[in-house]
Amino acid sequence: MPINYNVPEYAVVRDPDRCIACRVCERQCANEVHSYDPELNKMRSDETKCVNCHRCVALCPTHALKIVKNPDTFRINGLWDNETISDIYRQADTGGALLSSMGNPKKYPIYWDKILINASQVTNPSIDPLREPMETLTFLGKHPHTIERGENGEIKTDNLPPQLKLNVPIMFSAMSYGAISYNAHESLARAARELGTYYNTGEGGLHEDFYKYGPNTIVQVASGRFGVHKDYLNAGAAIEIKIGQGAKPGIGGHLTGAKIVGDISRTRMIPEGTEAISPAPHHDIYSIEDLRQLVYSLKEATDYKKPVIVKIAAVHNVAAIASGIARSGADIIAIDGFRGGTGAAPKRIRDNVGIPIELALAAVDERLRQEKIRNSVSIVAGGGIRNSADVLKAIALIALGCHLCRTCQTGRCNWGIATQRPDLVKRLNPDVGCVRLVNLVSAWQHEIMEMMGGMGINSIESLRGNRLMLRGVGLNEKELEILGIKHAGE
Amino acid sequence: MQKEGDVRIPSGCAISGIFSRSGKRISGESIVRSIAPMHDRSNGLGGGFAAYGIYPKQRGLYAFHVFYDSVRAKAECEKIITSNFDLSAAEKIPTRRIPEITDEPAIWRYFGLPFKKALEDAALDEREFVARFVMKVNTQVRGAYVFSSGKNMGVFKAVGFPEDVGRFYRLDEYEGYCWTAHGRYPTNTPGWWGGAHPFALLDYSVVHNGEISSYDANRRFIEMFGYKCTLLTDTEVITYIIDFLNRKKHLSLEEAAEVIAAPFWSEIDRMGEKDMAKYTYLRNMFSSLLITGPFSILLGYTGGMMALNDRLKLRSMVVGERGGMVYVASEECAIREVEPSLDRLWSPKGGEPVIITLNKGVEA
Repeated sequence: MPINYNVPEYAVVRDPDRCIACRVCERQCANEVHSYDPELNKMRSDETKCVNCHRCVALCPTHALKIVKNPDTFRINGLWDNETISDIYRQADTGGALLSSMGNPKKYPIYWDKILINASQVTNPSIDPLREPMETLTFLGKHPHTIERGENGEIKTDNLPPQLKLNVPIMFSAMSYGAISYNAHESLARAARELGTYYNTGEGGLHEDFYKYGPNTIVQVASGRFGVHKDYLNAGAAIEIKIGQGAKPGIGGHLTGAKIVGDISRTRMIPEGTEAISPAPHHDIYSIEDLRQLVYSLKEATDYKKPVIVKIAAVHNVAAIASGIARSGADIIAIDGFRGGTGAAPKRIRDNVGIPIELALAAVDERLRQEKIRNSVSIVAGGGIRNSADVLKAIALIALGCHLCRTCQTGRCNWGIATQRPDLVKRLNPDVGCVRLVNLVSAWQHEIMEMMGGMGINSIESLRGNRLMLRGVGLNEKELEILGIKHAGE
Repeated sequence: MQKEGDVRIPSGCAISGIFSRSGKRISGESIVRSIAPMHDRSNGLGGGFAAYGIYPKQRGLYAFHVFYDSVRAKAECEKIITSNFDLSAAEKIPTRRIPEITDEPAIWRYFGLPFKKALEDAALDEREFVARFVMKVNTQVRGAYVFSSGKNMGVFKAVGFPEDVGRFYRLDEYEGYCWTAHGRYPTNTPGWWGGAHPFALLDYSVVHNGEISSYDANRRFIEMFGYKCTLLTDTEVITYIIDFLNRKKHLSLEEAAEVIAAPFWSEIDRMGEKDMAKYTYLRNMFSSLLITGPFSILLGYTGGMMALNDRLKLRSMVVGERGGMVYVASEECAIREVEPSLDRLWSPKGGEPVIITLNKGVEA
């Protein structure tokens, strides 16, 4: 066996006084960290395989297990830290690009933590959400420029392009069937229906069992066009063209053949075991005018009854790109920040490409207003929003039990989310998953209502673009300028 | 210290309005008397009035009221006015020197109509042309501020208590069929006359008591449509919203009120199919123009007046009627002061507009 240069990232600490060698940890770990030694009647662990997903810790009946950061270290060096050295060894071992998942975990600024919210004092009253209506309903879609009237002067209400109605301004972000399991999709779909919002199929098509959740479904069309056909397009409430993803701007996707099994193969409309490779660009979109053609092709295919969303990753020139999209016929622009999740992304791309969603969102909103077209398109933000108004993959995943171990790409998700192994998939009970998602979003809705009430605002629509309600703290002039907010104390 | 426009200054306030449905012209002395008992609702940092029907001899002409901080500002502004408008009069607005009102700017008024040629060249209708002219002076000529720009109406405002402002402007010498008044309680001391209320554009004038929480959402939306909010006050943005909905989008004032103080979704859910479709449409179409937080406004316009409260009624406002006269005020005492015996006195519901117009056939 060749020498393994690497130090395991985590250490498995087992309390021998507590461990009863029941072997639950062994059965639960798809990474095969735990094993049983019958001669000594003892559990053993191979921590080189541990990803710290916490499945064993959560299920150990005697709380005998702890996963800790491995205190073992290479010689300490400010420039060459453990992770950097390990990456070099891994690549020297394999010759491959490093794969990872979830969003950018590096210590870039988190602007959300440097923005503070206002509240009413004396000059106007705060509003108590327990006693007064507090509205979180909103619509997404285009607005026409003119009011039309009928013969009797009544306002015609049928000149509005198709809209999405959200009871709460939070949607579940796109995760494909294949990247995540059937049970995970079912949990999302049922929760979206119960909450009066939408989940997103991602690029892997829509399982036939889930067509019944169509009114709460956004169907995605990505560069691989997996599972796209006329009925699919017409099944959802809206269609999303995925141009890019925050976690890996500029590149495509790859779902390994190991995950293309059974219903996934059928839903994606590709043979079992084939590698599902989404090209980096859409090969029919090499420019903005091509995007316009795809937008209108999809509208034609659905008789202009579905809003079309164009999703892009937040990159340097995002404001200008969004402005182009707003003029391409799209009804909604979705922007995904560099913290946005993924089931698999090259590590260097995840950690180094794209910009924070906070800056991208502020820049896009301001640019569309300067160009006087903000009213003709809605904006959806995702990618690094951990606890507030919009949503992203992490919400759904955290609620379902995701422990952010960032190894979705291995397909051995011990929580039954990002896996297709039947024994693992069944660990996620859709009844429980749905309830957890509904609970989470409802809790966020309550918190949003409390904060709105404190500001004296009783409709979410009066909060949209209301930047005076925000102040920055510890930000420099340029950051404040881009975010369009004042500093605290001003 | 930063003045109005550099910083957003919340204010509490008193408002009052008097309207004669028969078009009978009432002396400004009444409205001054009406606002005076609400002295404690203002703090001496702003008072003002809007009056309709006061310039009957020049009824067809735009009356511009302008503040000037300097001789240069006046010269610059007049250059723009004279090159765009055929003026029939330019004069100082008469005032009465009283110790309570100090530091006044030069206060001028002009009567005129746009030159035909200027209108044709701009390819705009007359009102849009005038609105853009006002916007241009107020944003581009430093030290000049057009604070009234309608026909047969005028705004009079200053830093001071409203009853003193009324005496200062000699309002007892004017007669109009509609008067509104405002006493201001700002939370710091900008001391700038332009920051007093009413705020007016064309013949729309707004007096407002409240502090809206939707301000920046409203401002950033309306600024996409050629408006520039230079004062950062609620009253300014509310005036622009009404101008936008009523003049540019051709909504009726009732419909505009349904946008600004929209019914709650829980109410809309209980409506019949037709109303549900209409209210849902309006709320969706103009969602950024919903105003939240406390407000009570009096909108004056040629031939009418609208009173409107926020949808939760977070500010007091009462309406009284006696014969053909209608009174609206923050407090009942302001009405009783000028009309002790009323036929009817009521408190309109939140979001329910009260629209009072001249009787049919009466010319504004």
